Amino acid sequence: MTDLGGALVEGQGLTKRFGSFTAVAGIDFTVERGKTFGFLGPNGAGKTTVMRMIGCVSPVSEGSLRVLGMDTARDGARIRGRLGVVPQMDTLDSELTVWDNLLVYGRYFGLPRSVIRPRAEELLEFVQLTDRRNDRVDPLSGGMKRRLTIARALINEPDLLLLDEPTTGLDPQARHLVWERLWRLKAQGVTQVLTTHYMDEAEQLCDRLVIMDRGRIVAEGSPQELIAQHASREVVEFRFEDRAVQDAAVAAAGEAGLAGGSVDRGVGGAGSGRVESVGDRVVVYTDNGERAAEAMAGRGVRAASVLVRRATLEDVFLTLTGRTLED
Amino acid sequence: MANSGAGVLRVVEREATVYRRLWRASVFSSFVTPVLFLAGIGVGLGGLVDERAGRVQGLSYLVFVTPGLLAGTAMQVGAGGSLWQIMAGTKWMRFFHGIVATPVTATGVYGGYLIWLAVRTAMSCAAFLLVAAVLGGVPSWWAVLALPAAVLTAAAFAAPLCAFSATQETDLSFPLVIRLGVTPLFLFSATFFPLAQLPSWLRPAAWVSPLWHGVELCRAATTGRAALGGGPARLVVHVVVLVVLIACGAAWGTRTFTRRLAQ
Ligand SMILES: Nc1ncnc2c1ncn2[C@@H]1O[C@H](COP(=O)(O)OP(=O)(O)OP(=O)(O)O)[C@@H](O)[C@H]1O
Ligand SMILES: [Mg+2]
Repeated sequence: MTDLGGALVEGQGLTKRFGSFTAVAGIDFTVERGKTFGFLGPNGAGKTTVMRMIGCVSPVSEGSLRVLGMDTARDGARIRGRLGVVPQMDTLDSELTVWDNLLVYGRYFGLPRSVIRPRAEELLEFVQLTDRRNDRVDPLSGGMKRRLTIARALINEPDLLLLDEPTTGLDPQARHLVWERLWRLKAQGVTQVLTTHYMDEAEQLCDRLVIMDRGRIVAEGSPQELIAQHASREVVEFRFEDRAVQDAAVAAAGEAGLAGGSVDRGVGGAGSGRVESVGDRVVVYTDNGERAAEAMAGRGVRAASVLVRRATLEDVFLTLTGRTLED
Repeated sequence: MANSGAGVLRVVEREATVYRRLWRASVFSSFVTPVLFLAGIGVGLGGLVDERAGRVQGLSYLVFVTPGLLAGTAMQVGAGGSLWQIMAGTKWMRFFHGIVATPVTATGVYGGYLIWLAVRTAMSCAAFLLVAAVLGGVPSWWAVLALPAAVLTAAAFAAPLCAFSATQETDLSFPLVIRLGVTPLFLFSATFFPLAQLPSWLRPAAWVSPLWHGVELCRAATTGRAALGGGPARLVVHVVVLVVLIACGAAWGTRTFTRRLAQ
């Protein structure tokens, strides 16, 4: 591979417009070789649109996008030859059998059948579809189709894997299976770009990630960095059955000094010292969950349940993109 | 470019793989039905025509109608394969979207699909010609040239129709294409009777029928009589008209497939 300075994907001012609507509004990001890079964000944030531009199936409206050291506008076909793509919406060939899906797909990459066959055997084994090899794709379950799509994406032994919600619809066993395989691929040096709505998946798989909202990047870092920057060490969730009690608890938290933290995001640990009232819960971000829970109890707050836990990426996500579904 | 050429062939391969599984379903529309027409109309009705009217343009009715049915079959395969199957690839099953994620381009998908339709036309028409020859409907060895003529005819329908289908969001317009386009053309393009049977003011309309150009070429070939296609110069014009249709269709299809599959 030629001199890429370690960056396999590089977007600068990357923009995508559909008519007058801007789906991706000038984002900058770099995916380093050998790393797993995540795009998180609420529905409609623009993740799939970015993935399709990286996959060279959707032209860039503005800005620049280089993939594998090549220009997506000029070298689309060459880039695609070295990608493995798991699109959000299945594009399996439902007129073909499971086996023929792999065989025919390998042929699109110009691979000889003698190369494709052993790979297809191995990949079917991996996604545990060997016993369905002669079945048509249509009657497969949603999760099985997903697994077949993942197997298909690996048929050309790609340098860069684009995974748009790869495990949506998979049962827990299958998800862990896929994660294992993705770790193995990473160990082999395959760079991965991933979108997901599962924050545990992002924490497990991603070295770096960005959180997108309405076409823009609102945060970037490793999962740990993001938690440190935008959440607190611990989180206490109080659940209530009575609205008045819940409102009183919010006031009590203020009096207890739990809401006194800085809201200035971006400074280390700045997420600590916030109180949010969401649905039937009051959520307190703090550095010491036990102490916060005691302080609340000391002020006579009687919650239906209290849960102290470590802050997760999910808290970061909800904080940055709003707890409730807008529009 | 070498790359996109290879991509076209990969798409043909895909279609051939599907066909190996599903060919039985298409044998009826693309072979059995035309042969039934040949037997019913060419031999059955033809016997009656020959008895009453003598000859048609100096030919027995079977010999007259064979090239008409041949070109008509080509049109059916070309047009029939350019509607719902395109929608399946772009919207219903979306497998075209899977293909363009590989080195194969949207143009490759379009080109490959057209080539596949050409191959299928050639297969159906070759089988039809053999049966027609056995029945006595093919008097000349020039008939081998009827195969490329049939393929040209099919492509003249398929190139623009595939382009059109890629622009459609639903299949609502497809039955109209068949009812208002394919069926009337099949009946009134000198397929079953010479244009002279039409009122004189309607005859020039044949020029806008791609099928008529195809029928004239096929008739000249299967009978070995260029005069029946209007003479050698007129035959060249027929070929040019079909080629221009294909070229315009291809220019359009390249755009519509790219817009549909790569936006
Ligand atoms: N082909 C298109 N034409 C017009 N608008 C589009 C098109 N594709 C996407 N959009 C719009 O762009 C925005 C971003 O869509 P995108 O699919 O990238 O979101 P996403 O982050 O992947 O969401 P999800 O989590 O639901 O998959 C949406 O508002 C969507 O309606
Ligand atoms: Mg998406």
